[in-house]
Amino acid sequence: MSSGDGSSYSSSKISKKPRYSRFTQQELPACKPILTPGLVITILISLAIIFIPIGLSSLSASQNVVEVVDRYDDVCVPLKPSNSVEQNDERIGFIQDVKTNKTCIRTFIVPKKMKHPIFVYYQLDNFYQNHRRYVKSRSDHQLWSPKDERNTKLCEPEAVNSDNKPIVPCGLIAWSLFNDTYSFSINNTPLTINKKGIAWTSDRTKKFGPNVYPKNFQTGGLIGGAKLNESIPLSEQEDLIVWMRTAALPSFRKLYGKIETDLEANEKITVVIQNNYNTYSFNGRKKLVISTATWIGGKNDFLGKMYITVGATSLFLAVIFLLLYVIKPRPLGDPTYLSWNRNPTFQY
Amino acid sequence: MISVCELLRMVDLEIMASQVTTASTINSLPLLPYYRSASLILVGNLKSLSAALKSSSRMESDSPIEINENSYQVHDFIWHSSSQRSVSSIQSIQSKTSRGHSVKEVSYGELGSKGVRHGSMGAESEAFSASYKEINDDDARLIYINDPEKTNEKFEFAGNSIRTGKYSILTFFPRNLFEQFHRVAYIYFLVIAILNQLPQLAVFGRGASIMPLAFVLLVTAIKDAYEDYRRHRSDKIENGRLAWVLVNEQFRQIRWKDIRVGEIIKVSLNETLPCDMVLLSTSDTTGVAYVQTTNLDGESNLKTRYAKQETQMKNLEDKKISGLIKCEKPNRNIYGFQANMDIDGKHISLGPSNIILRGCELKNTDWAIGVAVYAGRETKAMLNNSGAPSKRSRLETHMNREIIFLSIFLVVLCMIVSVCHGLWLGRHKDELELMQFYRKKDYSETEIEDYSYFGVGMEIFIVFLMSVIVFQIMIPISLYISMELVRVGQAFFMIRDNQMYDEASKSRFQCRALNINEDLGQIKYVFSDKTGTLTENKMEFQCASIGGVDHSRGEDSIEDERTGYPDQGDGHVLQPKMKVKVDQELLNLSKRKHTDEGKYVHDFFIALAACNTIVPLTVETSDPAVKWIDYQGESPDEQALVYAAAAYGFMLIERTSGHIVIDIQGKRQKFNVLGLHEFDSDRKRMSVILGCPDKTVKVFIKGADTSMFSIIDRSLNLNMLKATEAHLHAYSSKGLRTLVVGMRELSSSEFEQWQSSYETASTALMGRASLLRKVANNIEHHLSILGASGIEDKLQQGVPEAIESLRTAGIKVWVLTGDKQETAISIGYSSKLLTNQMTQIVINNNSTECCRKSLQDALAMCKNLTTDSDATSGGSGTGGNQLALIIDGTSLVYVLDTELEQQLFELARRCTVVLCCRVAPLQKAGIVALMKKRTDDMTLAIGDGANDVSMIQMADVGIGISGQEGRQAVMASDFAMGQFRFLVPLLLVHGHWNYQRMSYMILYNFYRNAVFVLVLFWYVLFTSFTLTTAITDWSSVLYSVLYTSVPTIVVGILDKHLSRTSLLKYPQLYGAGQRQESYNGKLFWATMLDTLWQSIAAFFIPLLAYWRSDVDGSSIGDLWTLGAVIMVNVHLAMDVTRWYWITHAAIWGSIIATFICVMVIDLLSFLAGYWAFFHIAKTELFWLCLLGITIGALVPRFVVKVFVERLRPNDIQIVREAEKFRSSRESQIEMNQIFDPSRR
Repeated sequence: MSSGDGSSYSSSKISKKPRYSRFTQQELPACKPILTPGLVITILISLAIIFIPIGLSSLSASQNVVEVVDRYDDVCVPLKPSNSVEQNDERIGFIQDVKTNKTCIRTFIVPKKMKHPIFVYYQLDNFYQNHRRYVKSRSDHQLWSPKDERNTKLCEPEAVNSDNKPIVPCGLIAWSLFNDTYSFSINNTPLTINKKGIAWTSDRTKKFGPNVYPKNFQTGGLIGGAKLNESIPLSEQEDLIVWMRTAALPSFRKLYGKIETDLEANEKITVVIQNNYNTYSFNGRKKLVISTATWIGGKNDFLGKMYITVGATSLFLAVIFLLLYVIKPRPLGDPTYLSWNRNPTFQY
Repeated sequence: MISVCELLRMVDLEIMASQVTTASTINSLPLLPYYRSASLILVGNLKSLSAALKSSSRMESDSPIEINENSYQVHDFIWHSSSQRSVSSIQSIQSKTSRGHSVKEVSYGELGSKGVRHGSMGAESEAFSASYKEINDDDARLIYINDPEKTNEKFEFAGNSIRTGKYSILTFFPRNLFEQFHRVAYIYFLVIAILNQLPQLAVFGRGASIMPLAFVLLVTAIKDAYEDYRRHRSDKIENGRLAWVLVNEQFRQIRWKDIRVGEIIKVSLNETLPCDMVLLSTSDTTGVAYVQTTNLDGESNLKTRYAKQETQMKNLEDKKISGLIKCEKPNRNIYGFQANMDIDGKHISLGPSNIILRGCELKNTDWAIGVAVYAGRETKAMLNNSGAPSKRSRLETHMNREIIFLSIFLVVLCMIVSVCHGLWLGRHKDELELMQFYRKKDYSETEIEDYSYFGVGMEIFIVFLMSVIVFQIMIPISLYISMELVRVGQAFFMIRDNQMYDEASKSRFQCRALNINEDLGQIKYVFSDKTGTLTENKMEFQCASIGGVDHSRGEDSIEDERTGYPDQGDGHVLQPKMKVKVDQELLNLSKRKHTDEGKYVHDFFIALAACNTIVPLTVETSDPAVKWIDYQGESPDEQALVYAAAAYGFMLIERTSGHIVIDIQGKRQKFNVLGLHEFDSDRKRMSVILGCPDKTVKVFIKGADTSMFSIIDRSLNLNMLKATEAHLHAYSSKGLRTLVVGMRELSSSEFEQWQSSYETASTALMGRASLLRKVANNIEHHLSILGASGIEDKLQQGVPEAIESLRTAGIKVWVLTGDKQETAISIGYSSKLLTNQMTQIVINNNSTECCRKSLQDALAMCKNLTTDSDATSGGSGTGGNQLALIIDGTSLVYVLDTELEQQLFELARRCTVVLCCRVAPLQKAGIVALMKKRTDDMTLAIGDGANDVSMIQMADVGIGISGQEGRQAVMASDFAMGQFRFLVPLLLVHGHWNYQRMSYMILYNFYRNAVFVLVLFWYVLFTSFTLTTAITDWSSVLYSVLYTSVPTIVVGILDKHLSRTSLLKYPQLYGAGQRQESYNGKLFWATMLDTLWQSIAAFFIPLLAYWRSDVDGSSIGDLWTLGAVIMVNVHLAMDVTRWYWITHAAIWGSIIATFICVMVIDLLSFLAGYWAFFHIAKTELFWLCLLGITIGALVPRFVVKVFVERLRPNDIQIVREAEKFRSSRESQIEMNQIFDPSRR
């Protein structure tokens, strides 16, 4: 048509010969890798060469980690472990009662020499810190700036107290702050636990405001966990900061503190636990973990084993492939293997 | 131009006495009937359409009613039988008659759904009986000439400003959005986004959830806006052009957009028409105007239009003209127009030859004045301004099947999650209240009530919807966008392929349909037209049999040096523009006029020069003393004949109203054209009645042999007749197109009788076409034969090789032609379609019973043959037992749409080659439909003429050859190109690449989305089924649009597993597409299995590595994101066969971009994952996990790939290896280029 018809290019518009370029003719220089037997064997063997040493070293690193895990939730209640509903209710009653003495003393022997820093964790099992209701229930704005104190929309049902005053820090996460405490001693000598620097610096400096102080916290009808000292700004409340970095999985550890001295093998450690935190209402487990760390992290053999498996498999496959190549060789690019040459009766 | 008076003087008074009394009666314009060739008799094609346009009111009698529906009806037939919009069927004809003028459009879709009888030929004759009807006032548009106000009193007619742009700035967003949401996929997107806005369901942040939709909409909107901007710009230019319009009895220049219906417009030489206008007068005294319709239908030859004599005589500027035109409502039919004009008390009827359409250019005419009847968007050009029909590719159809599987999979995943959640809630029913992470009750109010808990049933439902939101990308919506982009990219390369550029017509390859690129790689049947597709459609006069003597050009033929018979009339030497080789002997013979032989030769060449519709035009040349005569005409056959006649000294010099001038051996002679019976497909011939200078009246007829031999007087010269018949047979066996020429001298009584009946017929109101045909039949008898001509239609360059390649590629080439059987077979041989080893089965019957019998025989025979060969040679198909089926149109009438179809199909499937001759356009479509209905194989139709349109639209892929025959075929096609041989690179190279690329891309996209969804799903199992995602909202949204989308598009456009050289060297490789090797159900499920494994690796390696550690959700989420992205991209990298720098950039760039995005997201302190990446990336464990994921996930795929390639290599794999290691010369060169740094 005489006017511009965008939908079709009339031949009159582009009647000239397309300009030659290697791009438009699809002739750009290219690398054409082909999986030749040599290449395949090289790849597989080099995978093995990379993976097996890494696997071995991470496995040995993991083996070198000294870790003591002590589950105490079931022993630190006066009732014998049982699964009956009534007993569980009694446990809940025990843990919810503010007046009862919840002190619990645990001892364990250091199995091997533990070099500092030694990390003290508490581990909760079956606690869904990644539950949708839970992860959403916080207000990052409120945590950072006193101005946004009333920005508690996401924090329901722990947004405001009965007087309609905003709770700082609001939300279920803060409300359920873990509140068991541990004090360590070796042979009656107290062992200091450094609780500074357990939270991420980035969180302390950018997410939790230095001018934000706890307000109206844990004043409601149901106490979820720890109370906070209202004179310390949130940026200094490292336990809270650690707690509020929600865990990925329902079974998680949180850093409680660090022991800055070495522990010798066979030393007997006594821990006085204030067993406050209610995990009985959802069959959760509480564990105290003392662990050293290596470059691979804590005690976890999985990665090492996986690397060794992958490496070994590669090696195995390389051998199989080599055998295959020897037993049943096929010249590369031999036109006699083309289907129409191989099978003359082949009809399209 | 000879003046009208001179013209009149020359009119033979004896005959025309009654009509020359007044000048106004001279409207005996040249009748330019269409006559294409004897061999295309059943074929109404575009040329006939234009011929119909040209033929105007023939004779002006005293009766004021002038009727020209003769031509109109001829047009009707053609329109209905061949045009793309009115694929002829009885239904359409009936609706035509019932609805009067309105054009019934039978779309492609209707054709398929209503089960049109393709075999029916009756429809054509029905069209003739469609009688003339007065236009109802309801259906009419009234135009008061030169009175636009009155014309458009009700403001119902469009102004002349055009708007091809769809949107204005204000309407852009609503309209564009509305149009975009016509796609179901977008609705899905929208519903998900809306669901996510509900507070209970808000899985993603608001912004994140709208982003994918917004992104897709934005990209499309930008594309649309740019296209629209270009349209607006060209509209503005178009609307701003100036035209001369009669305002207050004076022509003034106004802008096009201000032209109104009813206004009188003057157009000068070489100007473009601003609107559709009825011609009132032209600079030519006879009211002729020549127009070029290149913009409209692509035909470059001149067409004639006529002003009515009543208006031609008026001096428009001096005298205020007024009148009323009653015409049909605007419609798309560019070859039809019906109107009446009341002027000065006379009632005149107007036809398609009286209207010039917008977009045409005025040529060879100083000026033309007309009245605007349709303006702006109501012009026929604008109404026809629609894009190509859309088809859906086979691959996409299959893909949609797999998408249904994916949807089921999605629903299953969501059900699992919601049911598990329900179970979890049930099990923990009593604990929910106190659970720190659930806290069912809200204690902050005085009245303690449930917080955000709606009971287990409702929770299950909510979780179900939420999981749909989270897992939404399981349905790969980005795939649709990617596919579009990839197709654009592929089209870019196809268009720019130098090997598909036609030097001769200077035309590039054209992609008109953008959504079936990959179908090109799966073609199994090619249906080809012959004329203009296999052949060049550049006719060359080869030989003639005159008076029973064969004048085939021997070795002694000489090149006509154009010195032939120069005309020195006005000091110039006139030469025909084209050289024709002449036979010396015949040339000598033609000069001896007085021998018997010479007389035959003389009459023969007069017939060639006169009996046609060619318009001679003189063209200036660089040499001032020489002028060329250019024969403009629609039929290449006629052109060839006229050029041949000119070469032998019978040069047609002038064709004006009522007479022609032929320069005979240097002497100008004038012949009066007394009457002309146009070509029609019933008679298959045309005739012209000439008043010769020697006062005799002769009728010259030329036509197809079948129709001519029935009207030749066998008593006259039987020997000559027999000889001619023999020659004809010889010619057509050589592949020449033949025509028989006959003549008869009319006695004066005979002439008078004819004249009166001709007049009655041409003024009849009802059934004029059939009356005229009867008149023609009455005069066309007892001919004496003059001779026959043989015209060669040369094979296009490279056609035999192309057909050979296609056949090796396993593509069956069928030729469907309107030509005679002998011609078709001989072309078959010369194009290597047929070989001597083939057994030919010829079916050539004219009754159902005969057809049944021959089909049965043929089937039996071919079964015998195949079993024989199976027994003897183990079924060597390439051996001597190939079958060729030759069937003609008449037999097809009895076969198509009957129970015999199945037999024909069975037979045709066994044949290597099928030749259908003498087939009508609809039968072509019928044959395509026959194969399409019964097999899953892909069909491709290629053709160049309007007669191929129905076939092109019927086939899965339609290709138009932009050749001699106008652009109808191109307009209807999906792809257009200049030469048949380009089919080879198109199918074997581009089709192969496109198919392989697209298949891989679809599978890969399924994989990449599913793997991510599964990673999300596994995590859901660890969150008590509450659809928390460790991966941030933004990452899950960006995953499919940014992290992994670019490489797949780049690979989809650029990757090629084999080079062009190899693909052309081994056409058999094309079989991969036909056998659907790159995309099938098996591959889909294998891919899904791989996906499952990879998702497990990507999810569980980090999970187990960080089990019972103090890792937080955001950090491990980043690990999962990066792990999945790297894995998915490396997976692609593993499958890339050709690494260009662009591929490197896309794949590694995407991974880097992902890292950057993850970092940026973790730098936003208001998000939960603040600093998480930097925290986790400090540890070695993170990097080891990434490496572990990538390798662990991909090792199985790698191993399977390696073993398959080693143990069961497919052809493609072997050729790939050969390309690299068998150092052929080509690959050497390629390697050198690669390693030559200077060329990089």
